[in-house]
Amino acid sequence: MKKLLALFWLFALAFAAGSMRLATTTSVNDSGLLEAILPQFTVESGIEVEVIAVGTGQALAIAGRGDVDAVLVHAPDLEAKFLREGKGVAHACLAYNNFVIAGPAADPAGVAQAADALDAMRRIYRSGALFISRGDKSGTYHRERSLWRAAKLVPDGRPWYLESGSGMGSTLTLAAEKRAYTLTDLGTFLFMKDKIAIVDLYNRPEPLMLNQYSYMVVNPKRFQGLRSSAAYRLRSYLLRDDVQQAIDDYMKEKFGQSLFHALHGKCLMEVKP
Amino acid sequence: MDVPLGEIWEIAWRSLRIAGAATFLAALFGLPLGVWLGARPRRGGGSARVVLYAAMGLPPVVVGLFFYLLLSRSGPLGKSGLLFTQTAMVMAEAVLAFPMIAGFTAAGVRARAANVRRLVRGLGGSEKQVLTTLLWESRRPIVAALAAGFGSAISEVGAATITGGDIRHHTRVLTTAVVLETRKGELRSALMLGLVLLGLTLLVTAVLVVWGERE
Amino acid sequence: MIRASGLRKSYPGFDLRVADLRVPEGSFITMLGPSGAGKSTLLRLLAGMEAAQDGVLERRGRAVYLDQDNIVLERNVIDNAVFGLRLMGVASAEARRRLRPWLARVGLAERLRQPAAKLSGGERARLALVRALATEPDVLLLDEPTQSLDPKNVAMVEALLREAHTRGRSVVLVTHNLHQARRLGEETWLLLDGRIVEQAPTETFFASPRSREAKAYLAGEMVY
Repeated sequence: MKKLLALFWLFALAFAAGSMRLATTTSVNDSGLLEAILPQFTVESGIEVEVIAVGTGQALAIAGRGDVDAVLVHAPDLEAKFLREGKGVAHACLAYNNFVIAGPAADPAGVAQAADALDAMRRIYRSGALFISRGDKSGTYHRERSLWRAAKLVPDGRPWYLESGSGMGSTLTLAAEKRAYTLTDLGTFLFMKDKIAIVDLYNRPEPLMLNQYSYMVVNPKRFQGLRSSAAYRLRSYLLRDDVQQAIDDYMKEKFGQSLFHALHGKCLMEVKP
Repeated sequence: MDVPLGEIWEIAWRSLRIAGAATFLAALFGLPLGVWLGARPRRGGGSARVVLYAAMGLPPVVVGLFFYLLLSRSGPLGKSGLLFTQTAMVMAEAVLAFPMIAGFTAAGVRARAANVRRLVRGLGGSEKQVLTTLLWESRRPIVAALAAGFGSAISEVGAATITGGDIRHHTRVLTTAVVLETRKGELRSALMLGLVLLGLTLLVTAVLVVWGERE
Repeated sequence: MIRASGLRKSYPGFDLRVADLRVPEGSFITMLGPSGAGKSTLLRLLAGMEAAQDGVLERRGRAVYLDQDNIVLERNVIDNAVFGLRLMGVASAEARRRLRPWLARVGLAERLRQPAAKLSGGERARLALVRALATEPDVLLLDEPTQSLDPKNVAMVEALLREAHTRGRSVVLVTHNLHQARRLGEETWLLLDGRIVEQAPTETFFASPRSREAKAYLAGEMVY
């Protein structure tokens, strides 16, 4: 047993050397953004970043237990709560894009004609067309619930309100198959739109639909064994001008627009601990 | 194709290693337990068998969650730093493969125990020789048990995701890669990975069976 | 040689009690009795495979017990045949060398590499017998070895047993075949409901049975 334990330790150490763990929302990972910018960091610092792609809610939960060294998420009020509880430090706004309401090209609810985002939600609510919610604790789900609340609507229990319980890509696929509406981040939508039958019906950069990505270091004081200095180095790297430019340029040519707009650490949506 | 061929082989090789290690670990404890349960001369051991057979239906995600809580930095073994490593995956998969290996071994040994004991003891052999003879006579069901354990370990996704985290080049295995590619809508890659998984399982099972059937 | 006194083995619905019993060196004993009388249990007690709850058992020399099922292992014929010797620690090559003549004698020499499971009932019986005989035991305890065999195979098995007896082995043979019991035995026991009710030289047993039970048994009447 002792030998076995020693073996486990050896294993653990081998993995720990020169690496750190980052929990991210699926959108920045599945879009390939991290794979485009992280290798350069590894070359420069010798630190390998192990990415665990989950929803924002799960990423913050994992980080809250000290199981990763940093997070990259997109839910400002959850981030504020995370900071307030002392679980995270060194918050930095990295990039933004916007949320999109996607749905069938036929648009039975007339979302494309909506005056604003809240009107779009009301149109869906009134039409009784299917709407697929993520139903998890992701940043996108969090925003969807805020929109319903702001529009003073309660979709829960309605026969047209379905919860997928899965990631953004799967939810978009499900929405396309069911000819349903759903709220998605722009990045995932652009990546999926050619693979499935769904279109962006409401895609306007207004404050309510703003999608802001932030980086936080897990509070080094809370747990032993965190690789916090690596997490701080990654923070500086991500905020560096050339890297911010790379984020801005990512896939710009392919899609004719920026997938992620650089924020250089200046938040558009306030994150107040 | 979103996942290059080289990476598919890398992921397949990792899956094979993790499932193989898990099967080995499970067999280390499961085989002796199965032989012991199956070879006992008296009746009984019914409750142990009930527990084993029920444990074959252990929900992988629950096992994964258990190891997550155990290995998390906030958990009792948090200092080990084992969460999101292959070691954590091996442990969880081993727990899932263990009841298969112990259960099928016990059933196979049990079916042969009475006859082998009568033969060996009748010829003047010892109880220890009964066990060694039983072990060899039960080689076919034992191989089947190993194949079942390996199959459950390599094809499992729930515990692998929770304990491994699907980290590229580290804990990404065929099943978690299929989930990822499906989520991304890369169905061709997902299908390719799925076929590799099927082929790998078939190949390993075939190797085991041929090895077990040889005279 | 086996000597037993005051043997008792009971479990619910079964009670075997044997006051005094001897298997002398070089004897050939045939044991009769209806199913369930306790013949197999008595054989296993004598073989030392099961422990009696009471009594004294003295055994000189090595005894082997042959099951009525002629159990074969999931191996080929030669590996089955050498199994008895291998249990005794005889090296593989030596065991094979010793088994050759035995297997030739029972007509299995050409089938060494075949899986034993493919043998016929008669072939299995012969294989099981030579597997035991090759270990040169002092006492043979046989549980209906010719049950469900055709006359040719019965003759072959009987010839092997006679020869073993001639060479000084003691034999205890359980059988339902009265002719066989008479043909082979020097002494015959009748076991009924866990008790030996008659024990006599074979000729006496068959010619002038003393007990009411033995008379009835030989007359073919039910004696349960």
